[in-house]
Amino acid sequence: MGMTITEKILARHAGLNEVAPGQLINAALDLVLTNDITGPIAIREFARFGAGKVFDQSKIALVPDHFTPNKDIASAEQAKILREFAAAQGIEHYWDTGRVGIEHCLLPEQGLTLPGDCIIGADSHTCTYGAVGAFSTGVGSTDLAAGMATGEAWFRVPESLKFIFHGRDYQPWVSGKDLILYIIGKIGVDGARYQAMEFAGEGIEALSMDGRFTMCNMAIEAGAKNGIIAPDDTTFAYLQDRARRSYIVDYSDPDAAYAEVTDFNTADIPLQIALPHLPENTAAVDEVSGTALDQVVIGSCTNGRLEDLRIAAQILRGQKVSPHIRLLVLPGTQKIYLDALREGIIETFIEAGAAVSTPTCGPCLGGHMGILAKGERALSTTNRNFVGRMGHPESEVYLCGPAVAAASALKGQITHPREVVRHG
Amino acid sequence: MGKVWKFGHDIDTDVIIPARYLNQSEEEYLARHCMEDGDLRFAQEVKTGDILVAGKNFGCGSSREHAPIAIKACGVQVVIAESFARIFYRNALNIGLPILECAAAVQGSQAGDELEVDLVSGKITNKTRQQTFQAQPFPPFMQELIQAGGLISYVQRRKNDA
Repeated sequence: MGMTITEKILARHAGLNEVAPGQLINAALDLVLTNDITGPIAIREFARFGAGKVFDQSKIALVPDHFTPNKDIASAEQAKILREFAAAQGIEHYWDTGRVGIEHCLLPEQGLTLPGDCIIGADSHTCTYGAVGAFSTGVGSTDLAAGMATGEAWFRVPESLKFIFHGRDYQPWVSGKDLILYIIGKIGVDGARYQAMEFAGEGIEALSMDGRFTMCNMAIEAGAKNGIIAPDDTTFAYLQDRARRSYIVDYSDPDAAYAEVTDFNTADIPLQIALPHLPENTAAVDEVSGTALDQVVIGSCTNGRLEDLRIAAQILRGQKVSPHIRLLVLPGTQKIYLDALREGIIETFIEAGAAVSTPTCGPCLGGHMGILAKGERALSTTNRNFVGRMGHPESEVYLCGPAVAAASALKGQITHPREVVRHG
Repeated sequence: MGKVWKFGHDIDTDVIIPARYLNQSEEEYLARHCMEDGDLRFAQEVKTGDILVAGKNFGCGSSREHAPIAIKACGVQVVIAESFARIFYRNALNIGLPILECAAAVQGSQAGDELEVDLVSGKITNKTRQQTFQAQPFPPFMQELIQAGGLISYVQRRKNDA
């Protein structure tokens, strides 16, 4: 029996020739990641563990991105714990304010997440790195502490689900965000619980790296352990001049076993919106157009990359955000910010009437930089629309891709981009 | 014996402990805000030994270990759900919060019922309704982890054996 890409990566890191779903393994880790929310507990547990030194100073990434730039005294104390730990341990991959970006935008950009890697992060969206063909999954602080001490983690080998997108043609403005929301709408927020989601087909081959990051990022919103896409020329072009190490490329065998294979026609998928209060509450944009909004957010580990900003700017260029709307744009990293600045995209945002922020997770989790009041409604390119996610428990979050976000900001209500763009 | 607090499906970690409280990690602080966006009374009225009962996919969403920490610090003796989200499941075991999967017990229990739970056998008795349920026992690997007293002790023991 052949193996899936996920099984091959896990087998290699467990020192085994083969693994099967359900098997418990202990795997060596190539990268161990934490941030300013989960890091302080991980560091406290690491001290309890009594290991003294981390297993490898070059394989740990500490990314203070959630409540930074420090939003209050308590957050400043948490960021300080991370900073002091990084210094005391001689951690190579630590970035402070001014250099830091959103972890899942920053680490791939830095060439630290590579095909064939086995990665854990104390952040649920660590599954993002499956976009380069890595096995990558979110864990809690205690697992992270053990990972920092030993360089290993135990896993139950997941069954794999395969999602095949037939055809390279997309409906206008449809992006990776729409594909993943469409899947979550079909299978539900626990539709891939404990399983691997493998995305394949011509529709995925035609997708940019940024679109692939978006898709794998939201595998967790279907309950998956990991999302993964086999590397191809698009991946290799992205890794050129980025990869800091050599890497091994895995592909699923033709006779690999899947718990389920689902086929889609790429061209059938319209622009998606997820309604409150679960990412599975999806609808086509046209079904909910006209819904009034108070705030629009473009950014996050899901959609804070250069392509996302380019799409938004293309729609906003020369137009003004509705006077009733607060539009927030948060580039994912300093490099993305600078690239966008040089392309004139940031100027477009500011001229349209948007607030542009330094990279931070900020509003996505109701941390800071754009909290909602009671009864307010936001449309956001982020990943979760749970109760109270972006502020008051009686506020609402709708999820979408960057094109719908930008078009809706102009109209002050949920809007299909075709209504505001003549050529698209 | 413990009193049941009942919640629905897909209770996410933002409901269990909203991110606005994640600028601190002290147990008592987190406990004071536990389940706040789902049921404001919970944190105020929950008593040591009470039992949290919920539907499918409990603990979905973020990896924040603050979620099981907050529940444990409230004095909840066990969480019984139809199913658990993956990261929450690991985190609960890693910090020593007992959890059991048992759809029948969830469906057969209402808020305020008195339950008796045997964690070793997985037997759940609803004293109020005089019904018993059998929860899925933990796989052997998990039992080893729990017996060791959570992940830190488990890994430490493995290191000492090496």
